Amino acid sequence: MNFNTLKKLIPQIITIVILVGVVAYFWSNTIINMEYYGYEFGYDFLSKAASFDIQFSLIDYDGSSPYFRAYLVGLLNTILVSVLGIIFATLIGLFMGISRLSPNYLVSKLAEVYIEVFRNIPLLLQLFFWYFAVLRTLPLPENAISFGQSIFITIKGVYVPKFIWTNFNFFIVSFILAIIVSFFIFSYAKKQRENYGKHFPAFWVSLGTIILFSGSGFLFGIVNLTFEYPEIYNLTETVFNYRGGVTIIPELLSLLLALSLYTSTFIAENVRAGILGVGKGQKEASSSLGLTPAQTLRLVVLPQALRIIIPPTTNQYLNLTKNSSLAAAIAYPDLVLVFAGTALNQTGRAIEIITITMGTYLTLSILISIFMNWYNKRIEIKEK
Amino acid sequence: MIKSLKKFSIFLASVALLVGLQSEAFAAKKSRTLSKTIKQDHVKCGVSQGLPGFSNADAAGNWTGIDVDVCRAVAAAVLGDSGKVKFTPLTAKERFTALSSGEVDVLARNTTWTLSRDADLNLTFVGVNFYDGQGFMVRKSSGITSTNGFKNGISVCTNTGTTTELNMRDFFNARGISYEPVAFEEADEVVQAYDAGRCDTYTTDKSGLAAQRTKMKNPDEHIVLPETISKEPLGPAVRHGDQVWEDIVRWSLFAMIEAEEYGITSANADSMTTSENPAIKRLVGSEGELGTLLGVDNNWSLNIIKQVGNYGESYKRNIGDTGILPDRGPNALWTKGGLLYVAPAR
Repeated sequence: MNFNTLKKLIPQIITIVILVGVVAYFWSNTIINMEYYGYEFGYDFLSKAASFDIQFSLIDYDGSSPYFRAYLVGLLNTILVSVLGIIFATLIGLFMGISRLSPNYLVSKLAEVYIEVFRNIPLLLQLFFWYFAVLRTLPLPENAISFGQSIFITIKGVYVPKFIWTNFNFFIVSFILAIIVSFFIFSYAKKQRENYGKHFPAFWVSLGTIILFSGSGFLFGIVNLTFEYPEIYNLTETVFNYRGGVTIIPELLSLLLALSLYTSTFIAENVRAGILGVGKGQKEASSSLGLTPAQTLRLVVLPQALRIIIPPTTNQYLNLTKNSSLAAAIAYPDLVLVFAGTALNQTGRAIEIITITMGTYLTLSILISIFMNWYNKRIEIKEK
Repeated sequence: MIKSLKKFSIFLASVALLVGLQSEAFAAKKSRTLSKTIKQDHVKCGVSQGLPGFSNADAAGNWTGIDVDVCRAVAAAVLGDSGKVKFTPLTAKERFTALSSGEVDVLARNTTWTLSRDADLNLTFVGVNFYDGQGFMVRKSSGITSTNGFKNGISVCTNTGTTTELNMRDFFNARGISYEPVAFEEADEVVQAYDAGRCDTYTTDKSGLAAQRTKMKNPDEHIVLPETISKEPLGPAVRHGDQVWEDIVRWSLFAMIEAEEYGITSANADSMTTSENPAIKRLVGSEGELGTLLGVDNNWSLNIIKQVGNYGESYKRNIGDTGILPDRGPNALWTKGGLLYVAPAR
């Protein structure tokens, strides 16, 4: 072994020793303290009854369900607000980013103001603003703001009609079939375009297919859709409430608003960076071919810009998912509030619960980034 | 693999501890918490984030309340000075972890004594310093005068991670009423949500309801319903595993209650040292070796009574005169028809 290899090896060995030493120290410290304070490590609490109710849940849950089910409720609520938040943030961000580059002075300035305001105020403050300052000032149920007598906005929540299906399975199956058929339509159109230069109106044909397939259920009377409208009733002589329909609690609404608006500003800036990053020559070439600015944006610039936009936007999606844990500040029953809050307090199993919660967020983030990386690779421009 | 690693780590730690302990000063009674408290010269006390009457800090940062007085009693007993306390405000969520991890040594945070907490959370309740029950608060304008007026779909504001959440569920389930629980972490957020109209009713211990009502926009607009739906014996707690410390905290509380029973107050404590009654003499330390048995100075109870007062003085000062609950109710001495009956200090 000559001196050069030794020079490279020694710092690595020292680092490993230090790393192992630090981990071992924390490990033994935890074990010693657990013995000292009589803390018994174990995951058996997950099968014990939770004994507390949760305000909002996507699956069946009540207090007699085990803690594991409470964990699932919290997890699903976190996923719900994250997915919705990601969708809204992307749409708003895309729109704002493109507006920022509009040649129209008013449009681009408004977009700039929006981005600067919602980007620079801390997320927690925005959340408090939406929840305490805005949604708290909504009227009581008796004076609700209503749209067409079917949507009601009150301080206790937003009430919308509920979809009541008969034979929902038939509808879903026909819908999925239509989607599969439209995949084939699109690939057929692509082949026509690439091999023969012929234009096939794939979008309209597949839209028609979807409508036809899904509508067939209604046409033959197999599928039916009615609505259950929210209606006001007396809790007491002077206190009113709504029942029926679907309730969107103000906690979910304000968290969604805060997360979407805040994250959309970062996505808007990513979009702007992406579009500006496409060579000016591309825009000039496409307009010299006779494409309108809208077509240029859609067919030439954006596809290339996506390669620049996607990696930092993946970051923003991960941030949004993790920021959803701020729900604990406003009583939205997400994973942190339900599991790392109430369940932790009732069982006292701090170490186990926090490890599970950290592991869950880690898994969610990894799943999102795997998906985004796959998508990024798929739309890569392959050098021919 | 874990077991052998555990054993090996403990072996290493014991060696380190033995080596380290050579230079430690031992208390006469072996108690880690006691020697730690003496060494750091203050009692680490976990309290609430601001519940008038129990533990509340004023604008200058001075803490008052009956829970605060329990910690001050412990400081007077162990260190001779009731001012040597460090208060840590804790939310309902972090209070048990703070106690079991050693961040505080006494948890005096209007905490309900229940079986699962006693057995499952590695702590011990040393006694009850306030007998309470859970109740509901509604707005007068709602027209509800009793819990029989609760109907399906009612929204209830409460604190997360408390017995309140569990009792609330039992109550509504037993009556078959569907309800919407809105649970916040901080008590202030709960009060605000209820006050703004987000919830139809607010539930917590009745003492909490009385105290928090003073923080609302219009206290007179709200009433506390007459029904008490659960027992909530509130008391201080300590960690499992340190019986000496547990005894000290327990008897500091009991000394305050017994002192009221015998009529010893902070004003007349000194004169009581020459009393005829041997029970009184033991309580003021002029007879007997009770302090040494506990591992503290023999003037422990005298210090408590002189510096903090007896239970009645503490109650009057914090809860009676402030108008929160002028009537002692179940918190009167057993000789006066209440529930306060403690073991004799002898």
